[in-house]
Amino acid sequence: MKILVTVKEVAEVADDFEIEGLSIPETYLEYDLNEWDDYAVEAAVRIAEDRDEDVEVVAVTIGPERSEETVRMALAKGVDRAVRVWDDALAEADVLDPTTTARVLAAVAEAEDPDLVLSGVQAADTGFGATGVALADLLDMGWAAVVNDLELTDGEASVRRELEGGVEELTTVDLPAVLTIQTGINEPRYASLRGIRRAQRKELAVHTLADLDLDPGLVDDDLTLAGMSKPESESDATVFEGSAEETAAELETVLRDAGVGAE
Amino acid sequence: MSDVLVVADHRRGELRPVSYELLTVGRELADAMGGDLRAAVVGGDVERFAEKLDCEGVDAVHTVAGGEEFNHDVTAAAVTALADAFDPAAVVMPNSVNGLDYAPAVATRLSLPLVTDAVALDYEDGLTVTREMYGSKVETVIDVTSEPVALTIRGGEWPAAEGVGDAAVEPFDVDVDESSIRSTVRGFEEVGAGDVDISEAEFVVSVGRGIEEEENLDLIEELAEALDATLAASRPIVDNGWLPKNRQVGQSGKVVTPKVYLAIGISGAVQHVAGMKGADTIIAINTDPDAPIFDIADYGIVDDLFDVVPELIERFD
Repeated sequence: MKILVTVKEVAEVADDFEIEGLSIPETYLEYDLNEWDDYAVEAAVRIAEDRDEDVEVVAVTIGPERSEETVRMALAKGVDRAVRVWDDALAEADVLDPTTTARVLAAVAEAEDPDLVLSGVQAADTGFGATGVALADLLDMGWAAVVNDLELTDGEASVRRELEGGVEELTTVDLPAVLTIQTGINEPRYASLRGIRRAQRKELAVHTLADLDLDPGLVDDDLTLAGMSKPESESDATVFEGSAEETAAELETVLRDAGVGAE
Repeated sequence: MSDVLVVADHRRGELRPVSYELLTVGRELADAMGGDLRAAVVGGDVERFAEKLDCEGVDAVHTVAGGEEFNHDVTAAAVTALADAFDPAAVVMPNSVNGLDYAPAVATRLSLPLVTDAVALDYEDGLTVTREMYGSKVETVIDVTSEPVALTIRGGEWPAAEGVGDAAVEPFDVDVDESSIRSTVRGFEEVGAGDVDISEAEFVVSVGRGIEEEENLDLIEELAEALDATLAASRPIVDNGWLPKNRQVGQSGKVVTPKVYLAIGISGAVQHVAGMKGADTIIAINTDPDAPIFDIADYGIVDDLFDVVPELIERFD
C-alpha cells in the first residue's frame, strides 16, 4: 500500500509585524510545517505502523529549497521519502489558485499512484481550504473533507467529518480516496533525535514543472494580489491599565456588577 | 448573460443561515454584473426549500432532487450541470464544511478560478475579493482577472435576504452517474454530550493557547471555581486532549450565550468568535494588544495571564 501526504511549509507572522507593499518582510516571519499537515503525516505514519502489509508513505510539497527543512521534519516522523516541486513560474506567482496547486500535486500523485492521499484541511497562511478536494477531483478519486476520525477497511474508508455546531457526520468513502485531515484527529509525535538523523539519509527528490510534463503557463493564472493590510481594529473595549493587581481590581468590579461571585 | 448562480446550504432538513446571506451576495453581484440571480438547492425537501429561498430579488430557484442529505458527489455534479446550462458569470457557494466539500470540484470541472472564504466583494471592471490570511492577522485583496469565477463566502459577513419574491421555481434534472457516487452518509452524531453543558452556563471562563502547558490549566480551573463559573476552552486545548470536546466553544464546538464570557489567552480567531459572540459581556485577558478578541470584547486587560489570574483568584476566594 502507498500513502501520499501533501505537506506545506507555512509562514507564521509575529505578534508585531509590518507590511511593506504586498508582502511581509522576512524578519517578521517564522516557518513551520502546516499544523493541519502535521496531523495528516501522523495519520499516515500510524496507518503504516498498524498494518501487517508493507506501507510506503511519501510526502509531496510545493516550495522553495528552504522548505526542505520542514519536509525533513516529516521524514523524521516516519515518512519514507519525499518529493518537492519548485520552479521559477511557481516562485513568481503572488497568489496560487488552489486548483493550480492541486494540478501540480496531481501530476506527482499520478506518477506515484497511491492508494490513499492525506492532506491537511487547510494551510495556516493562505487558508483556502480547497486543495485536497480539487486534487481528488483531478485524480478522479473519492474524497472526504474535514475528517477527524478515520478507519480503513477493505476498499473503504469510514470517516467522521466535523461539521459546524458540534455535529459529526459518519461517512464511508470508496478507496482510493483523498481525505482532508482536521486537527485533533490524533496526537502528532515529536521527531526523535534518531528520526532526525535518519531523515538526513532519506530520499528527497526535486522536480520542476517540466519534469512533471506540466506547462509553466499553468501557473499564469487568474488571481492577482492587489492589496495587503492589517485589518482595522474595531475595538471599543474598555482596556484596564496598570499593574496586575490594579487591573484585577478593576475586573473584580465588573464581574461583581454582573453578578459573578454573588452568594 | 452575466447571471449569478448561488447554491444554498442545508442540513438535516433545515436551510442553514448562510443560504440567505448567499442570496444577498448574489443579488449585489448580479446587479453589478448586469444579470439575473439564480439560486439552486440540491437534495432534501427541495420544494419547501425553494419556497423559503424565494426572497426579494431572486429571479429563479432551481431545484435538484438528490437524496435526503447533502452528498458532495451529487451536489458537485448538479452545480456543474447547472453552470453548464445557464452559463453564469459567477458561481457562489458557502464556505461551510459542506461547501468546501464540493466547491473545489465544481471549480476544477468547469476550469474556473476559485477564491474561497471571501469576506467582501467588489465589482467594477472586474471582480475584487477581500479575504484573510495568517489566521485573521492580514487582510488581502485579490483581483480576479477572468470570468466566470467560483467563489465561496464566509458566513456572517453579509445580511440575510428577506421578503418574498416572485422567482420562477424550476425543477432541474441532473443525470448523476451511479458509478460517480463514491461516498455515502451513514448518519450524524452530536458530540460533546457529557457531564457539563457549557451552552447553558451563566458565567463562562474560557481558556486558549496562551495557557501554554497542560499543568497550567489548574490555575484556570481554580479561577473558574472561585468565580463559580463553568470552564470552557478554544479549539487547541481540546485538540491537545487537555479538556474533553464538550468544553469546546466555536464553530465546530458549542455556541454559548452566557452573561459573562471571560476569555483567557484566546486570540479570538473567527471560528472561536462564532461560538461566543452572543455573550452579554465579553472580557479578554491577552498579552497581544492586536489580538482580534479585543475587537469584540467589552473589557480587556493586555497583560500576562499568569500575573492577572492569581490576583483575580485571590479577590474572589
